Amino acid sequence: MPQEYRLILKNADLPGYTPDIDCYLRHGGYETLRKCLALPVRELPDGKKQTAQEQIRDEVLKSGLRGRGGAGFSAGLKWSFVDRKSGKPIYLICNADESEPGTFKDRQIIHKDPHQLVEGMIIACFANDVHLAYIYIRGEMPEGARLLNKALRAAREQGFLGKNILGTGFDLEIHVHRGAGAYICGEETGLIESLEGKRPYPRIKPPYFPAVLGLYLCPTIVNNVETLAAVRHIMAMGAMEYSKLGTPNNTGTRIVSLSGHVKRPGYFEIEVGKVTLGELIFHENFGGGLRDGRRLKAVIPGGSSAKIFKAGEKFKLKRKGPDGQMATVEVDLLDLPYDFDSLQQAGSMSGSGAIIVMDDSTDIVGALANISEFYAHESCGQCTPCREGALWMSKALHRMAHGRARRADPDYLLSIAQNIQGRTICAFGEAASWPVLSFVRKFREEFDARGAADESKAATATGRTPAAK
Amino acid sequence: MSTPTPFLPPQTAPSAETIRVKVDGRDIDVPKMMPDWQGKLQPTTMLQACQLAGVEVPHYCYHSKLPVAGNCRMCLVEFGTPMMGPDRKPVLNEDGTPKIARSVLPYEPGTPRGAIACATPISPGMELYPSSAATRQMREAVLESLLINHPLDCPICDQAGECKLQEYSVQHGQATTRFVETKVHKPKVVDLGPRIVLDDERCVLCTRCIRFTRDLVGDDKLGIVNRGSYNTIAAFPGTRFENNYTLNTVDLCPVGALTSKDFRFQMRVWFLKETPSICATCATGCNVTVGSREEVIHRLTPRENDAVNGHWMCDHGRLNYRWVGRSDRLAEVQVRLSSGDLQRSSWTVALDRVAQHLRKATAGSVAIIASARLTTEELFLLRQIGVRVGAIMDSVPRRGEGDAYLVHADKNPNMNGARATGVVGAEPGSQLPRIIEGIRTGAIRTVLAFGEDLVKAGCPAESLGRLEMLVAGDILPNATTARAHVVLPGCAHLEKRGTFINAKGRVQRFRKAVEAPGDARPEWEYLLDLHRALGGPSGPDNIEGLFHWMAREVPVLAGLEWSRLGDTGVTVTI
Ligand SMILES: Cc1cc2nc3c(=O)[nH]c(=O)nc-3n(C[C@H](O)[C@H](O)[C@H](O)COP(=O)(O)O)c2cc1C
Ligand code: SF4
Ligand code: SF4
Ligand code: SF4
Ligand code: FES
Repeated sequence: MPQEYRLILKNADLPGYTPDIDCYLRHGGYETLRKCLALPVRELPDGKKQTAQEQIRDEVLKSGLRGRGGAGFSAGLKWSFVDRKSGKPIYLICNADESEPGTFKDRQIIHKDPHQLVEGMIIACFANDVHLAYIYIRGEMPEGARLLNKALRAAREQGFLGKNILGTGFDLEIHVHRGAGAYICGEETGLIESLEGKRPYPRIKPPYFPAVLGLYLCPTIVNNVETLAAVRHIMAMGAMEYSKLGTPNNTGTRIVSLSGHVKRPGYFEIEVGKVTLGELIFHENFGGGLRDGRRLKAVIPGGSSAKIFKAGEKFKLKRKGPDGQMATVEVDLLDLPYDFDSLQQAGSMSGSGAIIVMDDSTDIVGALANISEFYAHESCGQCTPCREGALWMSKALHRMAHGRARRADPDYLLSIAQNIQGRTICAFGEAASWPVLSFVRKFREEFDARGAADESKAATATGRTPAAK
Repeated sequence: MSTPTPFLPPQTAPSAETIRVKVDGRDIDVPKMMPDWQGKLQPTTMLQACQLAGVEVPHYCYHSKLPVAGNCRMCLVEFGTPMMGPDRKPVLNEDGTPKIARSVLPYEPGTPRGAIACATPISPGMELYPSSAATRQMREAVLESLLINHPLDCPICDQAGECKLQEYSVQHGQATTRFVETKVHKPKVVDLGPRIVLDDERCVLCTRCIRFTRDLVGDDKLGIVNRGSYNTIAAFPGTRFENNYTLNTVDLCPVGALTSKDFRFQMRVWFLKETPSICATCATGCNVTVGSREEVIHRLTPRENDAVNGHWMCDHGRLNYRWVGRSDRLAEVQVRLSSGDLQRSSWTVALDRVAQHLRKATAGSVAIIASARLTTEELFLLRQIGVRVGAIMDSVPRRGEGDAYLVHADKNPNMNGARATGVVGAEPGSQLPRIIEGIRTGAIRTVLAFGEDLVKAGCPAESLGRLEMLVAGDILPNATTARAHVVLPGCAHLEKRGTFINAKGRVQRFRKAVEAPGDARPEWEYLLDLHRALGGPSGPDNIEGLFHWMAREVPVLAGLEWSRLGDTGVTVTI
């Protein structure tokens, strides 16, 4: 039976579990940190010696942990890119900007069990020689900021933060920085600019890869809240055990935010790839199915910027068969395992882990108009294609949703979107264009019908015959 | 003047080591490293490689002297890189050439991907396709995006004719639009500062203006407010954009968003005749282009010279040209009659009168005040005349405030010319008290003043009345010309040819932009006549010959040739 696997949220919803440090300590909190700080130098089979820091970095790499912020990049690899020879300080930033529509997972950690994030951050900082770290939290989460500040204060009082942590000589400060309400501050280089006190204009890469030229042009690690919380669990249980959770290359657990037309919207922590999209939507342990009498129309599987799936879609996935050989299998949308690789092979992404379910009451044109309006409003406006294109698409969709659609509009929209993706400074360009590309391609008939209907309505009103397409 | 690096970076040579790349199918070896905006060597970019191959990559935000922003995306270029096998060795085609992997979108392998040429370094074996269909499509799309919300007020826009949006639209854009939505409207006629008006609807948000004033001038006054398509350039609330370099942003602005209040609505740029010249407002000698039409100057713009002013000039110098067209310019040769009245005369009569007088003058009774605003050639001729008649000579120093960028404390454009020609000694102005005292006591009976008002220089007006002969060669009337026995109307430097030697010893040539009014003649022309009349050798009668004569006589100018000065000058040691 598909069910939740609660690792990060194990305690969060227990009756009587509170976000304060005493409660955390009673549940074994900061024991992992003690263990990590005290790791003895290890001798490898080849005679090389590994410091405690190197061992932690190695564990995180071996755990297979992939970033939970959106791109799903290996956390261990990301850490390995950090320029450790520059002589400059190394910074770590926890990305708590959580703004992708549909996503509400990081706030569960922050609001209900913030100390495991703090513990994970201290371990990550120790492992990467970081002595100053930041939590960049979305401006609309003031309670989260308050709780985090409280948690940091308590950790400091207990000697987990500050100078000479637990007598090991390791110094670390963590500060909370609140955003001011812009989605683009979640993009890591936009976040860094914002943290530096500037307008959050994402940086061009090259040359500004955070691992080399990040915060204050120093090497910087940016990781999502959930990623850093997972670090604490990897070090608690060991990479071997952690990587047994989930599926190969998609290890561990993930908190899925399920919203839209399901009976039980909410967050569910699952082993990555062990639960299918269908189960997440229909199983009583998860979404519990659609509202009565409704049929599934579409699913956005990874936050509003992920490409939409249409009910009934079938995908060809590459799978390792029982004989160990790679084989192509056909999989129905509802049977897609919820993991990084399957969704990517199916042409979308698991992104921020936010599933938005739409039933047959949904007006697809209206839904896209809604999403596009968000991206038009949130484009930072730095680079031309996104700045102008995002609003252009939004205006066109607004027009279409308000009775002035044209037959030419689907192609018009596709072409505008195509001129954005891949040509911008940051991945917001994709975030803005992918919904348009996927909605129009997959629900083309609805857009066409809208155009035809509105044009003939207009023709009747003006007494002119509609121009041929 | 101490020069901060960002404003006038050191001139750095590209690395000797080269990389071979292909541009539009042609092999080219380009330096591995090239200087960036600060003169620091950085890996050569795709844009630089294309430039070296003679292929222009259109761009808005990139400027060689500003930090790279990478925001306009106009410079997107399709490219390919040599394919590597699992053994990290290049994969070869059947003919032995390396197989090239064309850049594609990682998530859509059928779609070409461009890289911004302005910020992407090249690598060995890379192929750049600045003219491919995919590159052209990307450009066209960026232009379309820039135009959908553009007000298209070219008919009333000052930039028309030198606008990158117009130019690139013609070269790379489409003639029609498919945009059927309503345009974004933004503030127009925004008073940014004392010299600048901004039209936000025309702005393409390239941030050149922001970067210039923040990163080069260090006056972080401009920024962007709002977001997305509503982004708007503005001065920070409650502040004005008013440093002495603001007008450079008008030049940098690729479109008609930033306009100069001085030039706004004055003249269509395609009517302007462009003449290379020099700013004469201080001893830096910024290189300028004079824009004039029908003998009226309409603007000065900086002309690139990395040894002097980079791409920039100060606002004060730029706007210091209107006096050239003043209606009270001295336009007549005048000679004082025995009745005491000044009467219009001719050059022959006037110069004859001066020469006759000088021939009779005893050594030590003549003083020559030669302005350090005269050209080196004119100063040289005055020196020759001075030696011939045994005159005491000096120039009038003008000191003011300098700054850390371009403006020099010495407000004379050519004191080094006066030094080189021997018109002044180690200390310019040190002879002035002696001359003024000599005029007062009657020891000095003849004074030739060129471009300087003696009264302003400290000589009491009554003393001037005692002189037997006061010759004033000048451009505008003043207390000295009013008392002169002979008034010789001269030329502003914008009305003649010649050289100035700037504070760093740069010998810089300038050309004639406009005609002088009335009888006015270039000083060097009539000084040659005067020198001859005083028995000097017949000598040259054109500026080139005069320069070469001077170069033979003046040690620091030895070996210089007029033609070799070019439009950016040659540095000598003063
Ligand atoms: C437009 C945009 C918005 C983003 N917003 C967030 C966000 O709110 N939270 C987040 O963790 N990552 C966000 N990301 C991803 C970050 O850039 C970055 O990849 C991530 O924080 C890295 O952490 P991870 O490797 O642990 O996932 C965003 C990316 C883009 C392009
Ligand atoms: S892609 Fe959009 S959000 Fe990203 S830098 Fe460009 S304008 Fe800003
Ligand atoms: S005002 Fe001109 S220079 Fe400044 S950002 Fe706009 S277009 Fe660029
Ligand atoms: S710095 Fe001097 S030479 Fe340059 S523009 Fe200003 S006044 Fe003219
Ligand atoms: S010139 Fe603007 S992005 Fe390269």
